[in-house]
Amino acid sequence: MEFYQRDRTLQPAGYAPIYKTSVARSPRQSLLSLQGSLSETTGPVFGQNELGPLDHDLIRNYAMDGDPIGERIIVHGRVLDENNRPVPHTLVEFWQANAGGRYRHKKDTYLAPIDPNFGGCGRALTDENGYYFFRTIKPGPYPWRNYVNSWRPAHIHFSVFGSGFAQRLITQMYFEGDPLIKECPIVHVIPDEHAINRLIAPIDLNGSVPLDTLAYKFDIVLRGRRSTLFENRLEGN
Amino acid sequence: MAQPLDYLKETASQTAGPYVHIGLIPKQAGFDIFENNFTNIMASENTRGEKIIIEGRVIDGTGTPLRDALLEIWQANSDGRYNHELDRQKTGDIDKEFRGWGRTGTDFDTSVYRFETIKPGAVSGRNNRDMAPHVNFWIVARGINIGLNTRMYFADEIDANANDPVLNLIEQEERRKTLIASRDDTGLVPIYRFDIVLQGESETVFFDI
Ligand SMILES: [Fe+2]
Repeated sequence: MEFYQRDRTLQPAGYAPIYKTSVARSPRQSLLSLQGSLSETTGPVFGQNELGPLDHDLIRNYAMDGDPIGERIIVHGRVLDENNRPVPHTLVEFWQANAGGRYRHKKDTYLAPIDPNFGGCGRALTDENGYYFFRTIKPGPYPWRNYVNSWRPAHIHFSVFGSGFAQRLITQMYFEGDPLIKECPIVHVIPDEHAINRLIAPIDLNGSVPLDTLAYKFDIVLRGRRSTLFENRLEGN
Repeated sequence: MAQPLDYLKETASQTAGPYVHIGLIPKQAGFDIFENNFTNIMASENTRGEKIIIEGRVIDGTGTPLRDALLEIWQANSDGRYNHELDRQKTGDIDKEFRGWGRTGTDFDTSVYRFETIKPGAVSGRNNRDMAPHVNFWIVARGINIGLNTRMYFADEIDANANDPVLNLIEQEERRKTLIASRDDTGLVPIYRFDIVLQGESETVFFDI
C-alpha cells in the first residue's frame, strides 16, 4: 500500500530566500518522482521497551536537584493520517529550548542561562488510538542569525515516523497567541496560511491539571495510505 | 458545489534546525539523558550478511561540508527483506538481529557521517522487477526545510544497477552516478563512500517519494 502523493503546495520549498541558510542547502534540480515500492512503504518499528519511564516527562528526566524553571505544561494530541485514521505505536520525539530560550547544546552560545534541571528532549510512542502526551516547561523565544534582529517564536521541535519511511516528518509546534509567529521567516517558508495555522497549538483547558499544569493540544497528520482497488500489486506476492 | 472531500492535510514540515542533536542524538549535543540511544551501529555480532561501513559527507552548494546534518538510513537485510509487516515477499527471512534502521549526525569537526551495517540484498520492486541492493537515505539539517530522500547503490553491483528500475528512471545517465557509492577494501571491513551533494554541478538525485 503506497502513500498519497505529497501535496507540495502545503509544504515549504527547499529554496526559500527569506530563510537564508536554505539558499545553499537546497537542491536546484527537480526531485525525481518515485512511485512507492517496499523501500518507501515500510519503515522502522519501535517498541515501548526501548523507552525509559521518564522519557516523556521533561520536567523530571534531567532534574538534578529540583524542577526546571518555567511554566509547567502538558502537550498532547494524536498522530493521524490523511485518511483521519490514528497512527498507532509510532515514535514521536521532541526537543526544545528552556524557559529562557537556551538549548542544552554545545553549539548554542545564547547568553540566557542553561537550566541545570532541564535537558530539553523526550520521546513517546503513540497508543493504539494514535494518542501521545508529554510534560515539559514552556520554551522561551530566542534570537538567531538570519536578519540582524530575528527571533524565533516559542516552539517545540517534533520528529515523527509513521509506518513507512515516506511518512517521515520533522516539524515545529508553536503556541497560540505568540506575536512572534507572524514575524518568523522559518514559519513563513510554508506557502499556505492554513498549513501554518495547523502548526499552532491551542491552549486546552480541558486537558490541564487544575492548580498544577496547563495543556496545549497538538495533532500531527502524516500521509495517508492508498488502498489498492484496481491496480497491479506493489510487490511479488 | 460538490460534496467536500474529508481527507486531512499532511502537517507541514519545518527545518530540524541547528540543535536537532538534542532531540535525536543527545550525546552529540553534549549530554547523556536516555538509557537507550538510537545510533549508527545497526548490525550486531549475529546479524547475517556482509558487514560494511557507509561513510561520507553532505556538501552544500558552495562545496562546504555540513557539520550539522542528521541522516537516517533504512534498508533491507541480506536476504532483501525489510523488517516490517508489509514486506510479504515470498523469498528470504526476517533477521531478528537487524532492524534495518540507523541514525547519525555529521561530525562537528570532520563533517563525516558513518554507519556500521550490513550489505542489503536485492528487493522486489514494482511489477515484480528486482531493485538492485540499495540503502534509503533521509537527510535533515538547519536550512533544509523538508527532509531530503535519496538512495545509495553499490558500485560492485554493476549488472543489478544497470537493470535497476529506479536508476533507469533518471533521464541523464551522468546523474545516476551520484547515487553509487564506491567500495574501499583496504581495511578490515569494506567501506562504501557516499557523499551527498545538496546543490550544484554534481548534485545528488533526490526523490519525491
Ligand atoms: Fe529551535
